[in-house]
Amino acid sequence: MPHDGHHHDHDHEGSELSPLALRVKALESLLVEKGYVDPKALDVLIDTYETKIGPRNGARVVAKAWTDPTFADWLKRDATAAIASLGYTGRQGEHMVALFNTPETHNMVVCTLCSCYPWPVLGLPPVWYKSMPYRSRAVIEPREVLKEFGVEVPDEREVRVWDSTAEVRYLVIPERPPGTEGWSEEQLAGIVTRNAMIGTGIVTA
Amino acid sequence: MNGPHDMGGFTGFGPVLHEYDEPVWHDGWEPRAFALVLAMGMTGSWNIDEARHARERLPAMQYWRSSYYEMRHFALILQLIELGIVTAMEEEQGGMAMPPKPVKRVAKAEMIPAILASGGPANRPSNLPQGFAIDDKVRVRTINPSGHTRLPRYARGKAGQIVAVHGTHVFPDSNAHGAGEDPQWLYTVRFTAQDLWGQDTKDAVCIDLWEPYLEAAP
Repeated sequence: MPHDGHHHDHDHEGSELSPLALRVKALESLLVEKGYVDPKALDVLIDTYETKIGPRNGARVVAKAWTDPTFADWLKRDATAAIASLGYTGRQGEHMVALFNTPETHNMVVCTLCSCYPWPVLGLPPVWYKSMPYRSRAVIEPREVLKEFGVEVPDEREVRVWDSTAEVRYLVIPERPPGTEGWSEEQLAGIVTRNAMIGTGIVTA
Repeated sequence: MNGPHDMGGFTGFGPVLHEYDEPVWHDGWEPRAFALVLAMGMTGSWNIDEARHARERLPAMQYWRSSYYEMRHFALILQLIELGIVTAMEEEQGGMAMPPKPVKRVAKAEMIPAILASGGPANRPSNLPQGFAIDDKVRVRTINPSGHTRLPRYARGKAGQIVAVHGTHVFPDSNAHGAGEDPQWLYTVRFTAQDLWGQDTKDAVCIDLWEPYLEAAP
């Protein structure tokens, strides 16, 4: 399994494991012993979300929407199908909606009740997205939260917050920055950030 | 239930601390805990709504104090013990004391890509008539269910407008309690920040709400 720089304590038997790490390890052994879990399946699950499914997927969707009006239109009408055409489907992305930022509207996504997030296009959510401060404040003071991310939305522009309370998952399509005329899809995908696709960032060239 | 999970509108949790170039995991136990939750979910012993409800039923202080993966781990243990899949003593001691209880499926490594790629769509056919259409004005019912609900407290009693219709979806309030999927019409309702919070701005919050949460507004 690839290890991208950070250590995995479970590889170091018995040394300096926190009580919680020990408890997780003990539960894994128990569930494997009882035959409920295939330890190799755990490795596949971890590797999938570590190396295969992440915000690069969403960035490709955005870049294509910026360069291909037919695709952008499809994304507006049926985001689930349009995104599936790029190969991104499944768990936590079964019902997709794309939210296009415009000069009139800035979209921002939260899940106040848990941490719902479009996994196939963005991977697993960052810690801040799942944190109590974000979940509690995004709906009542979105502009203050945005300022903490360095995003100032002009007063005349509506901040529209989407609370993911059902199985519908939202992907923000940020505005294409000026100065990117003639860029390839690949170049454009390279500047699209995860935060911009949640609505807590804007894309700059 | 009006549980600790229903966070919208709270203040007092401090600033949103975001990390530049954040790694997927922050400690070695996190990926193992995450994968255990997913793999046990794949045994078919509970549905997504029951899993969410287990997290909500954690003691409030434990819920708020826990990191995300800690919270998921504690909720997993709660479910495993409640369903008799493991006993409290086995969990405590980390070894098998009772023979395994049969489960519907054990996900083998080679099955994982297909399971993840197909996911678990929540739309279901239903003969129920569609009660609301786009642009309709609605009011959220003032209800305080004792069980699982996906109706956040901050929206209760508030007036809004339908902006999207998503068809009929599994109704979590029923599905979390073994009462069947009971598919209901699902809408996105837009609420102005003025109506929700008394703020004089152009801002708005859109929330996905099932028909039983809503009534027509004049």
